[in-house]
Amino acid sequence: MAPRTTVRIGWGSAYADDNLDPAEDLARWGQLDALCFDALAERTLALAHVRRQADPESGYDLRLDEFGRRFLPYAARGLTLVTNMGAANPRAAGQRLKTLARQLGLGNMAIAVVEGDDVLAAVKAMDPLLQETGAPLSALRGRVVSANAYLGADPVVAALAQGARVVVGGRIADPSLGLAVMSHFFGWGPEDWERRGQGIVVGHVLECGSQVTGGNFADPPYRVVPGLDRLGMPWAEVAEDGSAIISKLPEAGGYVTVNTVKAQLVYEIHDPARYYTPDVTADFTAVEVSNVGPNRVSLRGGRGTPPPATLKVLVGVDEGYHGEAEIGFAGPGAYDRARLCQDVLVSRYDRLYRGDCQDMRIDLIGVNATYGPAARPSAVPPEEVRVRMAVATYDREVAERVTREVEWQYFGPAGAGGVRRRVTPRLAMYSTVIDRERVKPRVVWPD
Amino acid sequence: MQVPLREVAFTRSGDKGDTSNIGVVPYRPSDWDWLKEQLTVDRVKHVFDGLVQGRICRYELPGIRALNFVMERALSGGVSRSLNLDAHGKAWGNLLLSVVVEAPDGWEPYWPLVDH
Repeated sequence: MAPRTTVRIGWGSAYADDNLDPAEDLARWGQLDALCFDALAERTLALAHVRRQADPESGYDLRLDEFGRRFLPYAARGLTLVTNMGAANPRAAGQRLKTLARQLGLGNMAIAVVEGDDVLAAVKAMDPLLQETGAPLSALRGRVVSANAYLGADPVVAALAQGARVVVGGRIADPSLGLAVMSHFFGWGPEDWERRGQGIVVGHVLECGSQVTGGNFADPPYRVVPGLDRLGMPWAEVAEDGSAIISKLPEAGGYVTVNTVKAQLVYEIHDPARYYTPDVTADFTAVEVSNVGPNRVSLRGGRGTPPPATLKVLVGVDEGYHGEAEIGFAGPGAYDRARLCQDVLVSRYDRLYRGDCQDMRIDLIGVNATYGPAARPSAVPPEEVRVRMAVATYDREVAERVTREVEWQYFGPAGAGGVRRRVTPRLAMYSTVIDRERVKPRVVWPD
Repeated sequence: MQVPLREVAFTRSGDKGDTSNIGVVPYRPSDWDWLKEQLTVDRVKHVFDGLVQGRICRYELPGIRALNFVMERALSGGVSRSLNLDAHGKAWGNLLLSVVVEAPDGWEPYWPLVDH
């Protein structure tokens, strides 16, 4: 491959339910070399494992067919696609994409699968201590449904080097999707810690998609974002040294400014001097951003040192059910009637359900549902309040029954209305680590 | 002069497991020096009293003039176990914007903020 001076990497998805329309605009108009799709949050993967346990051919991202139909034609014309949409079943995802490519008349497309993140058997055998509890995994009451190690860029780079047009994996770390593209096009070595560190910084800024183009940012009148109704996805023009310009399509809504880039830099980081990834320990402390044109922000200064000898593992545990229901009050005295309703529900919970539940809370939405004990008192009682009750229990019937208790408050204080209730699986995520030697990423080519 | 933090800076909150982090970025980079003197761990602890159960650490990002507060046991077990309506703590940073800080004499709000 000819040496490159810049690589243009777009970001098409920030999580499993993201809108793919702005991604297609990027594919069509963005003059991209590659388009990355992140699809995995902490819980997404465990939910995918539950789907796979019900149907062995499933377990990949629910948008995979849409992704294939919309983006494989661009891959056939030279756009590199990299994604972790394989979720709990990367091989089935790769197979499905091969089939879709043939159905779309794109022939035998070079689609690679990265496997090896599924470490369930090893983790069950190891019975490691969990970071959250400090106790061994086996001490938990719930059934362990999944354990996935975070993989880095290297197996993706290997797949691209072997000619893959599309790489689909499971728990590949979000920013590593982008780092893999940079490493491939520029030929960065696996121990080029400085470039890898900066590459992770670029990947981190891209990985939440529209959070760097004006999403999760508007707070009028302090922050007024134009075109929030047609928010676009970002790209990075990366230079060989890893420095980059973050930008977006001029027609797309939102904006890219030094502040949207700073906001994303600080998102979900802990010690900025030690941002651990499977590829490198990145250092954000000397990162600098500057405005270099309309919707063009320069990003440089990321550094890196070798990563830890262990990989992070997320363990999914079936802990029963969440039961959750709401009922609302409005008009004069709404707050007092909501408080009365709360008292009734607490009294019934204590009498009937407490012994069968692991956890319970009651909130007044509009008063303290978000901040709880830290909520600031309001000078004027609100005219609309919703009472929300939520429980955690191993017994599905108990979860259902508690939500009915809220519904029965139609006959509680006057004027109660607008009941919403639901029961969902309680799939708890715990984290631990595993030695790198025990994780064997591999590239496979479905036929 | 006393001003709400919301006039001076913006925040973004994120979650990893049961840990919440809040990045604080002043609109005007020149406000960072006095702001970081005032936005101590104790101030933040006070704001999140009862909501955050664990340790709070503060980190600096001098290159972009930002602070990062990392709060442990802050999300009732994390997004997958929490019964909080906002299980991610997406709104945690907005609560922090309610604190009142002491701006230097003659400080003027960065206004209007349409393009930043």
